[in-house]
Amino acid sequence: MAEAQIKNYSINFGPQHPAAHGVLRLVLEMGGEVVERADPHIGLLHRGTEKLIEHKSYTQAVPYFDRLDYVCPMNQEHAFCLAAEKLLGIEAPPRAQYIRVLYDEIGRVLNHILNCFSFALDVGAMTPLLYGFEEREKLMEFYERISGARLHAAFYRVGGVAFDMPAGLAEDILAWTESFVPVLKDCETLLNNNRIFKQRTVDIGVVSAEEAMDWGFSGPNLRASGFAWDLRKAQPYAVYDQLDFDIPVGKNGDCYDRYMVRILEMYESVKIIRQCIEKMPEGPVRVDNRKIAPPRRAEMKSSMEALIHHFKLFTEGFHVPAGETYTVIETPKGEFGVFLVSDGSSKPYRCKIRAPAYAHLQGLDFMSKGHMLADVVANIGSIDIVFGEIDR
Amino acid sequence: MSFLDRGARDWLLLELLSGMALTFRYMFKPKVTINYPYEKGPLSPRFRGEHALRRYPNGEERCIACKLCEAICPAQAITIEAEPREDGSRRTRRYDIDMTKCIYCGFCQESCPVDAIVEGANFEFATETRAELMYDKAKLLANGERWEPELAARIAADAPYR
Repeated sequence: MAEAQIKNYSINFGPQHPAAHGVLRLVLEMGGEVVERADPHIGLLHRGTEKLIEHKSYTQAVPYFDRLDYVCPMNQEHAFCLAAEKLLGIEAPPRAQYIRVLYDEIGRVLNHILNCFSFALDVGAMTPLLYGFEEREKLMEFYERISGARLHAAFYRVGGVAFDMPAGLAEDILAWTESFVPVLKDCETLLNNNRIFKQRTVDIGVVSAEEAMDWGFSGPNLRASGFAWDLRKAQPYAVYDQLDFDIPVGKNGDCYDRYMVRILEMYESVKIIRQCIEKMPEGPVRVDNRKIAPPRRAEMKSSMEALIHHFKLFTEGFHVPAGETYTVIETPKGEFGVFLVSDGSSKPYRCKIRAPAYAHLQGLDFMSKGHMLADVVANIGSIDIVFGEIDR
Repeated sequence: MSFLDRGARDWLLLELLSGMALTFRYMFKPKVTINYPYEKGPLSPRFRGEHALRRYPNGEERCIACKLCEAICPAQAITIEAEPREDGSRRTRRYDIDMTKCIYCGFCQESCPVDAIVEGANFEFATETRAELMYDKAKLLANGERWEPELAARIAADAPYR
């Protein structure tokens, strides 16, 4: 009997597959049910953000950052604002910095709830996602109360934030931190020791610390491999050096560790949120420099000089001294960097965005090699990719 | 002895049973869903929804065609054409907002020096055709008349923070 030759065949995964987390198109080369090569095809959500920013003033560029990683919009605005502030040589007032850190951490919880529990949904557990989304709804309400939008906030400004916190918001956020921890514990009860969840995640997509470094991993994916690197500790920005929190670190770098690191990070974020509210000083939320931040409305309506500044800032914008900076911050997904070049005009000359998920998607190939088709889904879920920022 | 302990836990399906008990408990918790068209979630005075052009209490249009909103709009959704009116005052001849381009960032209402263009609380303005979303001045002024009490209350509520 002649030996049958089995040829590798390729299958298309996505871009409409619900487990593809967006518009990922994967071309999988399969040997039987085992993945031999996973080839991501990206660019389906490309909008040319970087080029568009070159034609917008610095204020107008802020909403573009909401639309990169749309699961944690404000964190990315923070990176852009810090970059522009570095070029301008200014610093946001302390209250604005605390509000920013508070909302960064709310964004981190938003992101990790979505990622952890939709990852659980991908590997077969539906209930935690339902509990998690109830909490996300409350967090989005907090987004809405401070900025006016549930998702695309456009709230951080160069030199501070757009508005102060409304009365009563801090108390509500504090009350939420109390009620959130038991819900998170319940979700952990459902997942952490569950045999089905563990069979799908433990020892799947193992990434060693060296591999993670070589492939440019950052954020929870790097920490799950046992490398304690968090920019909030390593090079603190905003007020992170005044806050007390820990960095959870994994051991094995498999899907289960990546999930666990994110869950533990949520507890740390809750800790940071509480400290932010307790320590938040009174004071202005925008720099007191009329060449950068517009005046308050009441002042603008009564003072001619303030009105002129208002008109200048909303038409031409502010001029940023020539120079360049690469500013990185720790977004929930990892190191988010903005490389900003200014030629002295009111528009950026170049704005290069370093998206963490782009580097993580590169690692999908070596993580999935030798695993079954179903494990590719677990890998995609655990590396936490969002296509807004990969395709930009 | 730990292997005995672990074996017993495995064999008795303890983690699965505790999970099931938890979901069973959740069944008796109060419902969190709302019956949407009849019940709605809370909205803050800052919510950025459908646009409206406001008038002064005496009926005069607020908008003075300074075109700040047109200049700041990141999506370039606003088109304004202006010319002096018969009485010599500066007013818009055309004020169009392409609602399909608008990203609801709120920069237009922040830039407006006379509180003319505002983003109201209405988010239920879905239409059946695309053309209906090209708002012109008449539509925006009609929105302003329809929502004026609420718009004025929202602006007053949020004024201390602006």
